[in-house]
Amino acid sequence: MNAPTYNFAYLDEQTKRMIRRAILKAIAIPGYQVPFASREMPMPYGWGTGGVQVTAAILGHDDVLKVISDDTTNAISIRKFFAKTAGVATTTSTADATVIQTRHRIPESTLHAGQVLVYQVPIPEPLRFLEPRETETRRMHALGEYGLMHVKLYEDIARFGHIATSYAYPVKVNARYVMDPSPTPKFDNPKMDNCAALQLFGAGREKRIYAIPPHTSVVSLDFEDHPFTRYRFDAPCALCGADESYLDEIVTDDKGGRMFVCSDTDYCETRQSQGHRGSESAAPHKERAHG
Amino acid sequence: MYVAVKGGERAIENAHRLLAHERRGDRDVAEVSLAQISEQLSLGVDRVMTEGSLYDRELAALAIKQARGDMIEAIFLVRAFRATLPRFGATEPVDTGKMEVRRRISATFKDIPGGQILGPTFDYTHRLLDPQLAEGAVPEWPATSEAPSTAMPRVTDILGRDGLIEPAPRADADTPVGDLTREPLSFPADRDLRLQNLARADEGFLLALGYSSQRGYGRNHPFAGEIRLGEVEVEFLAEDVGFAVPLGPITLTECQMVNQFKGSATEAPCFTRGYGLAFGHSERKTMSMALVDRTLRARELGEEVLAPAQDEEFVMSHSDNVQATGFVEHLKLPHYVDFQSELGLLRKLRKEFGDNAQGSPPMQEAAE
Repeated sequence: MNAPTYNFAYLDEQTKRMIRRAILKAIAIPGYQVPFASREMPMPYGWGTGGVQVTAAILGHDDVLKVISDDTTNAISIRKFFAKTAGVATTTSTADATVIQTRHRIPESTLHAGQVLVYQVPIPEPLRFLEPRETETRRMHALGEYGLMHVKLYEDIARFGHIATSYAYPVKVNARYVMDPSPTPKFDNPKMDNCAALQLFGAGREKRIYAIPPHTSVVSLDFEDHPFTRYRFDAPCALCGADESYLDEIVTDDKGGRMFVCSDTDYCETRQSQGHRGSESAAPHKERAHG
Repeated sequence: MYVAVKGGERAIENAHRLLAHERRGDRDVAEVSLAQISEQLSLGVDRVMTEGSLYDRELAALAIKQARGDMIEAIFLVRAFRATLPRFGATEPVDTGKMEVRRRISATFKDIPGGQILGPTFDYTHRLLDPQLAEGAVPEWPATSEAPSTAMPRVTDILGRDGLIEPAPRADADTPVGDLTREPLSFPADRDLRLQNLARADEGFLLALGYSSQRGYGRNHPFAGEIRLGEVEVEFLAEDVGFAVPLGPITLTECQMVNQFKGSATEAPCFTRGYGLAFGHSERKTMSMALVDRTLRARELGEEVLAPAQDEEFVMSHSDNVQATGFVEHLKLPHYVDFQSELGLLRKLRKEFGDNAQGSPPMQEAAE
C-alpha cells in the first residue's frame, strides 16, 4: 500500500511557496482577498483549514504556537496537529507566542512587533450576505462600491435603533478595502487598528487569503450620528475582577443563575496569578460547600 | 466555586478510542477485510474513488472501513491523502471509443453497431429482498459467449458523421488541462473545470439538480445517447523516453446525453451534448453529471439562465460534499463568543422595546 509520509508542518514545500506568494500579495494590498489554491487538509472545511494552511506556510522550527481558545476541543486539536507534524513548541501564553492562530478572539493583552496573528475565516466576503455572487462582489471591491453595505447598516438603525451586527463587524482597511474581520465580536475590532503585529486571514473552503500589515489603519464602519461602539457586558470578571475584558456568560443552574468571566483564559489566569480577584474567587483553592 | 473547563485533550483522546471500539463492533463477529469491501461493496468503492478523485481501490476500501461506511467521511479521507501526493503531470487523453466494453446501451436507437450489451445491471431486477443472499447462497457462474468481433463506435460518433450533433470540442495539446485542486477557481469557469468539479461533485446533489432540470427547471430535452462501462488504457507521455508509456487499465463509466438542438441564421441546427465520466461503475453519477453539464452550458449556447441547475456559481460552489459537510458540521464547534455578542445586543433591543411600551418617548429616528 501507498504508505503516507508527511513534510514539516504537513504541507509540501511547493504548496507552502504558493501560499507564501499569496500572503505576500495580501500584505502588499491590505484588506484585498487574494485567491489561493487551498488544499484539502486532514481536518474538515469550516474547522480552521484556512488558518491551518497559513500557519503551516509561515511556521519555522523556532516558532512558538498558541491556538485560541486554548481550552476548547478544536483549538487543542489544531495545536496537537502542529506539535505532531512540525514539532514546534506550543503555549497558551499570549506574550510567549510568536504565531497565534485564532478563530473568534483577539487576545486582550496588546500584541507586539514580530508576532503574527492568524485568523481562521469561514466567509471572507463582507458583502456576501448582501450579494451572493462572487463575480458581483469582486467587481464591487474593484470599484470601491460599498454603498450597499452602508444601506444595510442604515436599515439596521432604522429598524432597531442600532447597527444590529455584533460580530464579524465590517471594517475598512487602509482607507480602501472593506474587510470581514472574521467572526470576532465587534468588541475586538479596535485592537486591529494600528496593531504592531502582522495579521493574516485564511479562508480554506472559500480559497482566500488577506492581510493587515503592522501599523495599518482599520476603521469600523459607522455613521457620524451613530458612531461605532463596543459591546461589553457591564460587570467585572467573576474570577479576576477585570473590567476591561470581553466576558463569557456561564450558566450555572437552571434557575437563571449565571456568572460572567473573561473569555481570554490566558489573560484571566495571568491576572489571577498577579493577585487580582473577582467575586467568585475569594478562596481560589478551596471548594465552597454546597447547599 | 466555578472552575474554567479543562481537560479537552484527554476528552478527545478518549472519544477517539471509543470511536475505534465502536468501529470494530461486536468483537465476536469476524472483522471485514479490505478485499471483502473492494470485491463485495464495489460500487461504494467506485463512488469513493470518483468523488475522492483518486483511482486506488485498496485505499478507497480502507477509507470506507475507517469511516464505518460513511461515504462522505471516506471521500474526505481519500481527498486529504490525495492532497499530499506529488504531481508528475497529466496523462494522455483516454479514448473511450477503444474501451473494452462490459456494458453499453443506447436509448436513442433500437440497435447499434456492436449491439446493446446489458452487462451487470440492477435494471430490470425486481427489487425484492432476497432471503437466500442472507444465507450466503453461491451464485451461478455468468453465461458466456464469443466476444463480438465488430467495433463498438460511440453513438455520438455515429450522429457526428452526419453532422446531426455538435462536434466534441478538440483539446489543444499545448494548453494545460485546468485543475481546480491546484489553481483557485474563478468565474466564469471553462468547461474543463466545470467537468472536473462535476466529476468530484456529490452524487446526491447532482442527482437532485439533474432531476430538477427534467422537471422543468432548466429543461433541455435529454436522451441517453449512450452509456458505456468498461476498461480503458491510461498512457503517460514520458519526456525522457519520448513516447507514451502505458500505465495500465482503469474502469470507467461514460454517459453521453443528446440534447435539444440549436441553430442560427448561419448554422444548421444540430443536437447538443452533455457529458458524464466517472471511475468504476457509476451510472447514476454519470447520467446526472451529463444532465448538469448540459444545463451549465446555457451561457455558452445563448440560453437564458433561470434555474439553479443552469447557474454555474450556484452549482460549482455547492457541489463539493467535503466542503459542504465541513461547513454545515462546523456549527457544532463552540460559538459562544459570537453568541454572547448577539445575546447582549438582543437584551439591549428587548430592554428598549420594553421601555418604549411603558410610554417612554419613541427611539430616535435613524435620519435625525
